[in-house]
Amino acid sequence: MNVDLLYETLSQIPLEDLNFWQSLFTKFYRAWFLEDRWLKYFEGLLTTIEVTVIALIIGVVLGVLVAMARVAHDQRRPGTHNPVLSAINFVCKIYVTVIRGTPMMVQLMIMGFVIFASSRNFTLVGALGLGINSGAYVSEIIRGGLMSLDPGQSEAGRSLGLSYIQTMRFIVIPQAFKAILPSLGNEFIVLLKDTSLISVIAGKEIVYAARSIGAKTYEYMFPYVITAIMYLILVMIFSWLQSILERRLRESDRR
Amino acid sequence: MIDVKGLKKAFGDHVVLKDITEHIYPGEKVVVIGPSGSGKSTFLRCLNLLETPTAGTITFKGTDITDPKSDINKYRQKMGMVFQHFNLFPHMTIMKNLTLAPTKLLKKSKAEAEEKAMELLGRVGLADRAGSYPNQLSGGQKQRVAIVRALCMEPEVMLFDEPTSALDPEMVGEVLDVMKQLANDGMTMVVVTHEMGFAKEVGDRVLFMEDGIIMEQNTPTEFFDHPQTERAQSFLAKVL
Repeated sequence: MNVDLLYETLSQIPLEDLNFWQSLFTKFYRAWFLEDRWLKYFEGLLTTIEVTVIALIIGVVLGVLVAMARVAHDQRRPGTHNPVLSAINFVCKIYVTVIRGTPMMVQLMIMGFVIFASSRNFTLVGALGLGINSGAYVSEIIRGGLMSLDPGQSEAGRSLGLSYIQTMRFIVIPQAFKAILPSLGNEFIVLLKDTSLISVIAGKEIVYAARSIGAKTYEYMFPYVITAIMYLILVMIFSWLQSILERRLRESDRR
Repeated sequence: MIDVKGLKKAFGDHVVLKDITEHIYPGEKVVVIGPSGSGKSTFLRCLNLLETPTAGTITFKGTDITDPKSDINKYRQKMGMVFQHFNLFPHMTIMKNLTLAPTKLLKKSKAEAEEKAMELLGRVGLADRAGSYPNQLSGGQKQRVAIVRALCMEPEVMLFDEPTSALDPEMVGEVLDVMKQLANDGMTMVVVTHEMGFAKEVGDRVLFMEDGIIMEQNTPTEFFDHPQTERAQSFLAKVL
């Protein structure tokens, strides 16, 4: 049975006269097939993925840098004072406090309508805003991971003659990474879903597409349900990838 | 070999080491004993600057290593350290634990480092565990691997920080045997321990620490048979 033909027939009849299934079909057809609207969702999906990846990279780079600076400051030799490190630590602290202390949406609106008010590239501005936000959380996750490791591990590395950097690189970071992977995965899922917020500054991701389709058809159920399903599938794929990685890293736990 | 002058260490207001002056000669086996909290571990950890001294100098083969300008990583390569809790790297196989530092620091090839590691592992009877992970080993095996890890750097001094205190009693012997073997090979050793039998058998000199100072020192025979200070007498009465 051809769906287009069925829609043609049903659309001749007023909506109130259709039975439940017929009206459901009509609504779905309008939300998905009519004027190739399904393309809009996938364009939105592409933007969502693009924004997530850019924000993820910004977030991880910022997070690692901030965490490294703060841990280096906290673990410096007692009694020594490094004014540069103290200044960097101070800036990092302010960054984390401000980002964690203000709502994501407010940050995005300040980014979109104040700082980059003249920019037309809403998607990139959104990605930047999300990345800066995510960096604060990622840095705290990484810092927690680095601090939670038994100090004996880095002592053992240093006692062999490895430098601070080498000890971090070969001993501390690989173990901390394994420990923080679940929380990091969690943060990435939150980030992926928070990309929906960039629609408030006109970033053209899935929610934006769904809302504009809904505005045309005056029917929001299917656009938003489709959006929800798309996010759900994305998150499930991501969780699956994460579990594979975790299983691989657990190799050394075999007894 | 290691010359300690006027060493002081305080954690905040808490003074742990009060003015220690001591010399460790090449080939000597020095055993440090004393009640807990007496500062013996801190003293040992100061020798390779895992703790930064509050005051005083430590000279290793003529170089002042407490001087901020000296490259401490270079000297630590020559001072192996064994910890109470082994501190093996749990995310690496035994072989990787042993070859990490030699390949990164001594610029040895992987094959060279592995050959040396296998030889040493064989000597402590663990050649068949090279591919295992630390968590698959018993405490005694872990500590033997930890000793081998330090030896792979071909150190000139070995520092032992209560190497048998975290072990089940039945595993203490296997670790002490490795240490005795090492002593017989002529290694310079500084050992913080509660194993009085080991101190008597292997030690050239016993340092008795109490309250942040070296209260008494002597040859093991003299110290255990005729302790001079009242504090040493009461300590020995309790542990022997």
